[in-house]
Amino acid sequence: MTSEHAVDIDKHVRIYVTVFVALMALTIVTVAISRLHLPVPVAVTVALLVATVKGALVACYFMHLISEKKLIYAVLVLTAVFFIALLALPAVTHSNGYWIHQ
Amino acid sequence: MDIPYTVEIRRDTGLTNGKIGIWLFLASEVMLFGALFASYILIRSGAPTWPRGDTILNVPLATFNTLVLISSSVTMVMAWSSLMRGRFGTFRIYMGTTILLGCVFLVVKYFEYSHKFHDDLFPSTNNFLAIYFTLTGLHMLHVFGGMVVNAYFWGPGAKLWKTNPRWFTNRVEHAGLFWHFVDLVWIFLFPTLYLL
Repeated sequence: MTSEHAVDIDKHVRIYVTVFVALMALTIVTVAISRLHLPVPVAVTVALLVATVKGALVACYFMHLISEKKLIYAVLVLTAVFFIALLALPAVTHSNGYWIHQ
Repeated sequence: MDIPYTVEIRRDTGLTNGKIGIWLFLASEVMLFGALFASYILIRSGAPTWPRGDTILNVPLATFNTLVLISSSVTMVMAWSSLMRGRFGTFRIYMGTTILLGCVFLVVKYFEYSHKFHDDLFPSTNNFLAIYFTLTGLHMLHVFGGMVVNAYFWGPGAKLWKTNPRWFTNRVEHAGLFWHFVDLVWIFLFPTLYLL
């Protein structure tokens, strides 16, 4: 192992620790926001937004997606398209306009 | 015959076969959980009333479990980076901690489930509990599966480190990708089931 390589890994480790602290803080934020009892559409939006930020941190840094090869990105783009289509199915099959808690 | 491209990079993909394999597997996992999330949205949006998760479920326990799983993700990635630095002893400590944190998660989940059963709350009780038990049950199976793989690499599978350290490091990285995915799924399950 070269010293340059070791320095690189040390830099990564510092990033992992920073991401860990951010994830812990965002978990507390998620719970704190839920205690505010916001209107449901706002609560859903905020909760999913925070979860998406946390998920992105895990995917980008722990799963190294921030510096991955093109083929992996291609697989994930295709997955995202089908995933969004799957989540959109309820919206197109249930269109009389009401949402949860009503 | 040796398995090809376990260590060396394939020129056409720019990846090892193991790396592309685990990502394709994770893509299928996204669709599995995606189908269940879509079912949850459909059932919930179609219901005239829906309980807030925190009126039925134990939020402090689930928050604790979220912190446990996030911690286990960090120890997992530290286990891999220890191997990248050539420190096998440190790898064992981090991997062992990851497995222990997985155990803690499952034990807490056991207490949560048994409390529900004690209160006569079963998957058949209502739609909320049906989707709660299905999603968290499937997730728990994934945690258990990840722990089995991690335990293998901590124990008997670690022999590979002596003969082919790069291959072993790649294997641990792939096990880590699965473990982080399991963490990622929980990051979405926690607010959607417990807090909304």
